[in-house]
Amino acid sequence: MSRTALGVLALSLLFVGSLFVGATPLSPMDVTTPEARALIWDSRLPRAFAVVLTGASLAIAGQIMQLIARNRFVEPMTAGTGQSAMLGLLVVSVCLPAASVGLKMALSAFAALIGSIGFFAITRRLPPEEPLLVPLVGIVYGGVIGSAAVYIGFQLDMLQYIDIWLTGEFSGTMRGRYELLWIAGLAAVLSYLVADQFSILGLGETVSLNLGLNYRQVVLSGLVVISVVTGLTVVTVGAIPFIGLVVPNLVSRLVGDNLRRSLPLTAMAGAGLVLASDIFARLVVHPFEVPVATVIGIIGAAVFLWMLYGRAQHVS
Amino acid sequence: MIEVQNLSHDIHGAPILRDISVTVPKGGVTALVGPNGAGKSTLLSLMARLIPRQQGRITVDELVVGESDDKDLARRLAILPQTVHAASRLTVRDLVGFGRYPYHRGRPTPDDRAMVEDGMRLFDLLPLAERSLDTLSGGQRQRAFVAMTYVQDTDYLLLDEPLNNLDLAASRALMARLRDLADNKDRTVIIVLHDINFATAYADRVLVMKEGRLCADGAPQDVITETLIQSVFETDAPLRTVEGRPVVMV
Ligand SMILES: Nc1ncnc2c1ncn2[C@@H]1O[C@H](COP(=O)(O)OP(=O)(O)OP(=O)(O)O)[C@@H](O)[C@H]1O
Ligand SMILES: [Mg+2]
Repeated sequence: MSRTALGVLALSLLFVGSLFVGATPLSPMDVTTPEARALIWDSRLPRAFAVVLTGASLAIAGQIMQLIARNRFVEPMTAGTGQSAMLGLLVVSVCLPAASVGLKMALSAFAALIGSIGFFAITRRLPPEEPLLVPLVGIVYGGVIGSAAVYIGFQLDMLQYIDIWLTGEFSGTMRGRYELLWIAGLAAVLSYLVADQFSILGLGETVSLNLGLNYRQVVLSGLVVISVVTGLTVVTVGAIPFIGLVVPNLVSRLVGDNLRRSLPLTAMAGAGLVLASDIFARLVVHPFEVPVATVIGIIGAAVFLWMLYGRAQHVS
Repeated sequence: MIEVQNLSHDIHGAPILRDISVTVPKGGVTALVGPNGAGKSTLLSLMARLIPRQQGRITVDELVVGESDDKDLARRLAILPQTVHAASRLTVRDLVGFGRYPYHRGRPTPDDRAMVEDGMRLFDLLPLAERSLDTLSGGQRQRAFVAMTYVQDTDYLLLDEPLNNLDLAASRALMARLRDLADNKDRTVIIVLHDINFATAYADRVLVMKEGRLCADGAPQDVITETLIQSVFETDAPLRTVEGRPVVMV
């Protein structure tokens, strides 16, 4: 069986399995009852979709960001993008409390875009032979923006929101509350259409220009995808760390950096990892649950360490 | 024809190129030589719009560098930069394939694929086709980038030290290939070389640069003299004439 077919099968199994995991017991036998159908329709299915959309789009956003930065150690949450989305949302909530959800999302994605542009403006001056400087600067940069958000939140007594945005979890996902994530998914899918251009970005500005690419425009479109995905996930489910970092790295090791080939795998792996973690998060202290961000934080940290050491061994 | 008129360039206030005017007619191999820091790469990068032009004017046939559409220029002129990014996990075939990107923009035709295979064959890359760039040796990687530039199939080819890391056989094969492109396909090649002997053996014309200026220009046997080597490179390597060609005794 091909790798793709295998991935689709595993993902489908996880997806269906996740419908039957939760505080309210539900077995595949009673799906015909009206209560069970309501539960699946209003809560379990939306949750499964939210998980898949979040995982896939965050992983793709991370992969694009790594190609733009030409650095394998960046992802939206360590580059100030997520924090900027949060800060933007906070400012909008204060200044335009009556704004529609759509407008709030748009402005938060815009703030994320400004934040990412700032990140790239700062890090492009860093020496390329020190790849770890980029994520370090990103963490400091994101920390500063995040602190600004916390400060404002503290002043305005809105800290509880920041807490929600900082810790991604799906327990509150219901029909009518997650649908904006489809936009994030759409943004990620659209990036497949220009996959070649993003792959070429990974070869650097000189090669891009030589091949007639409008370098700035392609970088900007990549940043728009990253910002929309990050902004929407932070606002809808909260920040989930490491997905954008770990998944693209693993996929790149497996199938390389040609985005046209790796993007579907990245999407499936991202979705699968978050789905499995979310199932685990629901089972580990059943009938309660832990935030999925915590579970992924632990897995991600372990994989990240392994990546770092793996890299040290590869030095030629 | 590439026409450079009164080109000057500063970086952080330091003059890098000073009032360069030169015309390279269509066809032929032109070698660009000169000591480290002379400004060769800067000149090539300006011709290929890799860095924004400050003063002067550069045209490639009817296209004005810096004003004409990037996509048009990418089908007219290709550049192999002096340093290329190595850490990418693209396969050799993918990399060479991107050389066709200016034509197919994401949808390669069978013709594009055939050219890519042809390019890989010419530069001995077929056995490495599925290898990832980050696993190649320096010379193999250099050959992959040369092949990418080659399949871009442009009238003008700018190559910045393409012999970097190449062994003797690969160097001679590449130079012979460039010679063939110029003689039989009317391609125009401008190539930065440090090995003067390669320049005299394969080029029709040698441009010598020093400290941001053009200081000699002409056929290799006329330009390359002991006096020139001494004044430009400030080393007293002796010169012999072998079969009518000046050869630097290193
Ligand atoms: N980004 C930069 N910042 C400062 N100086 C630069 C920069 N790029 C080039 N220079 C300077 O411009 C001069 C010309 O550089 P260039 O790379 O064109 O030389 P070159 O003739 O190609 O040399 P080499 O044979 O070593 O490749 C050098 O003195 C170099 O130090
Ligand atoms: Mg140079």
